[in-house]
Amino acid sequence: MTDIELEKQKSDNKISYHNVKERLQIPYAVLCELTHRCPLSCPYCSNPVELEKKSNEVDTETWKKALTEAVKIGILQAHFSGGEPTSRKDLEELVQHASSIGLYTNLITSGVLINEERLKKLYDAGLDHIQVSFQDTDPENSNRIAGYKGHERKLHTAKLIRKVGLPLTVNAVMHRQNLHNLKSMIDMAVELDAERLEVAQVQYYGWALKNQTAFLPTREQLDTATEIVEEARIRLKGVLAIDYVVPDYYARKPKSCMGGWGRQFLNISPAGKVLPCHAAESLDFLNFDNIKDNSLSWIWEHSESFNRFRGTAWMPEPCQSCDRKEIDWGGCRCQAFALTGDQNATDPTCELSPYRHVLDEPLANVGKEDIPDFIYRKIKVQRSTT
Amino acid sequence: MTILLTLTEESIPKLPRHAKLRYDEARKKWIINAPERVFELDEIAGEVMQLVNGVSSVSEIIDILLKKFEGAPRDVIAKDVLTMLQPLAEKGFIVL
Repeated sequence: MTDIELEKQKSDNKISYHNVKERLQIPYAVLCELTHRCPLSCPYCSNPVELEKKSNEVDTETWKKALTEAVKIGILQAHFSGGEPTSRKDLEELVQHASSIGLYTNLITSGVLINEERLKKLYDAGLDHIQVSFQDTDPENSNRIAGYKGHERKLHTAKLIRKVGLPLTVNAVMHRQNLHNLKSMIDMAVELDAERLEVAQVQYYGWALKNQTAFLPTREQLDTATEIVEEARIRLKGVLAIDYVVPDYYARKPKSCMGGWGRQFLNISPAGKVLPCHAAESLDFLNFDNIKDNSLSWIWEHSESFNRFRGTAWMPEPCQSCDRKEIDWGGCRCQAFALTGDQNATDPTCELSPYRHVLDEPLANVGKEDIPDFIYRKIKVQRSTT
Repeated sequence: MTILLTLTEESIPKLPRHAKLRYDEARKKWIINAPERVFELDEIAGEVMQLVNGVSSVSEIIDILLKKFEGAPRDVIAKDVLTMLQPLAEKGFIVL
């Protein structure tokens, strides 16, 4: 969802990888998770399993301070997400602030709480782009997956977004239970006059890992989806840009998660914790610094959590002697830890991983098992507020 | 809706609303911000993109660069500008 894709003008502009591990990189983007409150309860939500309560949320001034500090360390883009970020009444104020200090601003929303008046205010505040999530094109299935009757409202919001004049990305998380509607999802994005369609795949940690059997697509579903996307990309060139990534369970090499730990990206949680990725709280042995206590500049450079997997020195074999170690940066730490229990393990999506069998076993059973009921996202663990 | 385009000297290019050009002090280069993308421009591309404003034609942009970089033949500059802009158009960073 939030990996920044970098495009450089010339091939000789490619970073000299020999120096990279010694030098602190300038980050590109910050994902501001303003709240975990959300009317939807999607069973693949990227939020942590332990959700923050409203009373733990960071106040407006602290968010503004963090955004100002983000610009100082070279960050170019601020993504406002959640939970549902429009649950926060100060969203317009934060967008206005971010925009006024030169950040490219993007709102990631379910679209079910926002009206035309508020969209206009966001437009006037300088919002550059909106991304609306769709759970399916079939209204009934869409509402079932979201655990909320919001499909019609989402369609209405998407139309209002274009009416107001904001650029739109349709974000569609695709999986076993909706991939059969991929073609109609592409048609819908064109009808809604979206600039871009993100065909996202469920990433199996947190809530989604609890629902793995319910979501994991078959190889046949995946191959069909890839063909559909390839055909549509050619047919819709200049009309609709389609981002599409094959789910990494079916890949032979790990993804370069977040473009490398602590290299391009940081995430701020509703409580103000600064994380190297939005799922990093699942690495429960790490200590995360907070924007209430430290500047982003200090955190980027000195935070124990950012330095823990930065560069390549931490890597075990087979990563350490691999010629791809500065391409995929060891893959996804959250996935490796969740599936192997070893924080340093090679990402099990890698064909060279000694743990590859933990993915191959569920993959061998895909389609053979009945589809289980969803375990919906919900705030159930009450955290102490100390 | 954006239309697939082939740029000529008569084209009047502009950035789409979702793409923003700015100089980045931290990296000392011009960049284009777009949804979950950052396009880093080299020096020449930075010069050209600063002149892309939805008013000037490619031909006028070439003339401005011709004055700025005295001595370079027009056809060389023209080729450079079109070669630089066309892939940006195909990636959706430039519309008409």
